[in-house]
Amino acid sequence: MTGVALKGLLARRVRAVLTALAIVLGVAMVSGSFVLTDTISKAFDSIFTSSYSHTDAVVSGRKLVDYSNGGNATVSEAVLERIRRNRDVGAAAGALIDLNGDSTHANLIGRDGKAIQSNGNPTFGFGIDTSQPRFNPLKLKEGHWANGPHQVVIDAETAKKHHFAVGDKVGVAASGPRESFRIVGTATYGDVKSLGGATIAVFTIPTAQRLLDLHGYSVISVAAKPGVSANRLISELKREVPATARVRTAKEQANEDKKGVASFISFIRGFLLGFGGIALFVGAFVIFNTLSITVAQRTRELATLRTLGASRRQVLRSVVLESFAIGLVASVIGLVSGFGLARGLSSLFGALGLTLPQTSSVYATHTFVISLILGVLVTVLAGFVPALRATRVPPIAAVREGAVIQRKKRLGPVAGVILFGIASALIAYATLGGHLGSGKSLLALAGGALLGLLGVAGFAPVLVTALAAVVGIPAKRLGGAAGRLATDNATRNPARTASTAAALMIGLALVTFVAALGKGLHGSVDRAINKQVTADWVVTSQNGWSAFPAGAGRAVTKAPGVTLASDIRSDRGRIGTANVNVNGVEPATIARVYHFDWRQGSNATLASLDGHGALVKQRFAKKHHLAVGDAFTLRSPAGKPVRLTVAGIFQPPQVMEVLGGVVVSRQAFDRTFTRRSNSLTLIDGSPTQAGLDRALAAFPDAKAQTKAAYVKAQSSFINTMLNLLYVLLALSVIVSLFGMLNTLVLSVFERTRELGMLRAVGMTRRQARRMVRHESVITALIGAALGLPLGIMLAAAVTHALGKYGVTFSLPVASLVIFTVAAMVAGILAAIAPARRASRLNVLEALKYE
Amino acid sequence: MNAAAAAAALSDERVLIDHSPPAVAAHAVTRRYGEGDTAVDALRGVSLEVPGGELTAVMGPSGSGKSTLMHILAGLDQPTSGSVEIAGIEIATLKDNELTKLRRRHIGFVFQFFNLLPMLTAEENVLLPLTIAGRKPERPWFQQLLESVGLQDRRKHRPSELSGGQQQRVAIARALVSRPTVLFADEPTGNLDSATSAEILELVRRSVDELGQTTVMVTHDAVAATIADRVLFLADGQIAKSLARPSQAEVIDAIQEVTGQ
Ligand SMILES: Nc1ncnc2c1ncn2[C@@H]1O[C@H](COP(=O)(O)OP(=O)(O)OP(=O)(O)O)[C@@H](O)[C@H]1O
Ligand SMILES: [Mg+2]
Repeated sequence: MTGVALKGLLARRVRAVLTALAIVLGVAMVSGSFVLTDTISKAFDSIFTSSYSHTDAVVSGRKLVDYSNGGNATVSEAVLERIRRNRDVGAAAGALIDLNGDSTHANLIGRDGKAIQSNGNPTFGFGIDTSQPRFNPLKLKEGHWANGPHQVVIDAETAKKHHFAVGDKVGVAASGPRESFRIVGTATYGDVKSLGGATIAVFTIPTAQRLLDLHGYSVISVAAKPGVSANRLISELKREVPATARVRTAKEQANEDKKGVASFISFIRGFLLGFGGIALFVGAFVIFNTLSITVAQRTRELATLRTLGASRRQVLRSVVLESFAIGLVASVIGLVSGFGLARGLSSLFGALGLTLPQTSSVYATHTFVISLILGVLVTVLAGFVPALRATRVPPIAAVREGAVIQRKKRLGPVAGVILFGIASALIAYATLGGHLGSGKSLLALAGGALLGLLGVAGFAPVLVTALAAVVGIPAKRLGGAAGRLATDNATRNPARTASTAAALMIGLALVTFVAALGKGLHGSVDRAINKQVTADWVVTSQNGWSAFPAGAGRAVTKAPGVTLASDIRSDRGRIGTANVNVNGVEPATIARVYHFDWRQGSNATLASLDGHGALVKQRFAKKHHLAVGDAFTLRSPAGKPVRLTVAGIFQPPQVMEVLGGVVVSRQAFDRTFTRRSNSLTLIDGSPTQAGLDRALAAFPDAKAQTKAAYVKAQSSFINTMLNLLYVLLALSVIVSLFGMLNTLVLSVFERTRELGMLRAVGMTRRQARRMVRHESVITALIGAALGLPLGIMLAAAVTHALGKYGVTFSLPVASLVIFTVAAMVAGILAAIAPARRASRLNVLEALKYE
Repeated sequence: MNAAAAAAALSDERVLIDHSPPAVAAHAVTRRYGEGDTAVDALRGVSLEVPGGELTAVMGPSGSGKSTLMHILAGLDQPTSGSVEIAGIEIATLKDNELTKLRRRHIGFVFQFFNLLPMLTAEENVLLPLTIAGRKPERPWFQQLLESVGLQDRRKHRPSELSGGQQQRVAIARALVSRPTVLFADEPTGNLDSATSAEILELVRRSVDELGQTTVMVTHDAVAATIADRVLFLADGQIAKSLARPSQAEVIDAIQEVTGQ
């Protein structure tokens, strides 16, 4: 029986391959996600491991605050001296290397005078004691290490990409204005091929300290004297270091360094796998539909097997085996294609400005196991209902012309309505509860969306006839006889048309949801910034969100036409155990360029910031029970405490807050925080772009924009995100395209006799082609008619839940038109091959066909 | 026969199949298709016994219920009322699985349209019932079977590479390979020319004579009926006449008589 099933499958090779394609893409996405993230993970592993390759212990500043510009506390030179004097220490060297934070960044300036990096990829600027090569994670490739104040070594990849050679001069901008350095060598970081889009500049320690505005070292690497155990060394060191520093083994330190990256990688993995899941979900629909059709077409064959003594169980097994074989082949193809797709995904991220480090690709066992199991499982599950249906083929069907499979009572529509009801309840729970964002409600939302799609697919057969009548109007009007026949064909098997359309519906519903949500977010970001920023011009970093040197803020005051320039410093601090954004503002000018939404206090309150006064965001004040007049202690990332008193309370919008948790005066900020960098400098007046650009020439990290351009740039990340989502969702639309192709191929095959008859009575080849094409477009439009409203409904629910963030719902009309047209194009594409087949049919052969 | 005995007979592989009469028996069988106004009574009280080792032919005008009777006797369909026993087992009460097993053991079926599986070779098609039952063919018997249907040199061919007559021979061999208690053939020559028909009829007759194969065959062909040991004439869902070893003239007379009624 197994042999029979497999031979049958082989005989229907083309159909089997078409069916398999439905699942290939989903599996490829899964395997690609794993390969990509495993590879990145390995790259980071080797980065972090090679950082401490000949090191027994690492002393580093304690991390007091997350995501600080200034980095962790540093370890002073005195500590290094003390460590070196310890009798158990063989060697020790300090370095300024912070792979995780923003504290050791120095931007290289290209030959065009612009910063090489402007999209947020890291620009490392390290200070390394090259007299102790054992601790140096970099390997020199050409030239020599920097040994003077105007020398730099850059990474070999950047040198190559940007045409720098040893001996050339290069501009560097770190925490101050740009300076010129001579390239004295090139180097690579450990064994890593590429650090992603990162650039590296290596200076002598004193140069780095000056450039980066840091004192001491970010890490001290220590090697034990021969014969001294690592444990002993560690406990020795613990006695030598201050409370702001930590001692770890090299391995612990590498793991610690990796933590942030690891959670980032697992986020990316989950994100990508989500889209793989969607593609598999759509694939399941396609498989279900295709196998249903083939089972129906094989009624006679299955019945013959039954008359020859095959039991229901054997029929079930043979059909399940068939889907298993299809699933296995598809999964293997998908697995391998995933290896290629991983590269595609990596360049997709690259195109969006997120270049990830790479080493040679990692093919882990779990990639194979999960991809194969998932692909086979989805196929077999999707094929199970058709298989059950096959068992209901009565033996008598072998001898009776036109016998159909007895249907159990049609449960689809009822089940569909029930599912849709449950889905609505879940979505209402997720969006009306006012707690969207909690894990539970997101799960309810995703579950609701899934069930909603299934529900609509369930009762879609009932709607198909009505929908086809509407979306078939153009076909009827324009397509003549062929168009009319196409509409009839689309409705003669509503269940088949419905599930074909349902596969497309899923992708369309999701892109519509994304488009509508994106539009809502766009509006809320625009409104939030417009509400806060009243300046005419805005200075930001090149990428728009990281901090830039405070000097740039001072520089723009000199540009002609600038009435006032108000700096906004920013970093992270700590109150008790809570991390908080801290901004330093100019009390005299801030109110002229920023609108405070006061809850307690007024613009007059700003004057009291000069002393120990601070403004606190209302949400933060509530959470930490702070009232006006209360005193509290704020700590800088380096651990430096400052005593502040709440002077006023204000409430920025919930998205895109320009001023965050705690606001102090610029002077107080500069006294407390080591790193003086601005998140924004707000300008009033009527300067020219050229004037501002000239003023900022020494600060390639910074750029000036009109307020309108700034608002647009700030919401542009939404467009980037949308594009990424569209590309990833396109995958499931492609899968549903295969579904439409399958259905058409099978329908044309099934109607061979009928087509022959139509041709015999005078239908032209062209008309036959057109008939198939119209049917396909009608099916696609039914998918759109189901998917677009569903996506809109979902988006309406979610934007409602996000209302408190200023998100409002608005219909993305242009996108809807585009998606509808895309659906029609998909229909036309899917119909190409089947239409050709229908038109090439030999009339005599077709009529002879039995 | 009670259900327990039936189950015992089904489960015991070594049970010797008694070919002594009757192989199949029907009692007061009716079959109604559809309901209400459009209901059709295809069979209206048919009782018969098919004696073992004989070739029984069923004739009658189109729509008289021949195929319906065959399907019910072969356990492919259930009667609306009345009872059917195959090899002594009452089929009305059998579950699908039991019926399937009964078919495996006792029934062979030859179709008008061959119903071969296109992806299998002739040999594989013939062996299919055994494959399905998970049994190994007895090689000498299989060889003999292929020889007697004249397919030795066509065993590796696929149905699309065989003529209609050859395909029907494959179908007959497939029906015989499991040595069924009864072989049913519904117009086995209905789709073949007269020369090929004669070959097939000769083959059917030979299997009755040489193997003692009990066979029930529906035919429209008076010549075909003359090779039968007994001819039943159906009209309007009832047995109108029964002849033993009739001549061609007797058959034609009977047809006219039955149709004339
Ligand atoms: N599935 C069915 N549904 C409804 N009526 C049926 C069905 N099958 C057969 N009939 C009717 O039952 C009657 C007997 O049909 P049956 O096929 O047994 O005739 P037959 O003697 O085999 O005819 P023929 O010589 O044309 O094959 C006919 O009137 C036919 O229309
Ligand atoms: Mg008939």
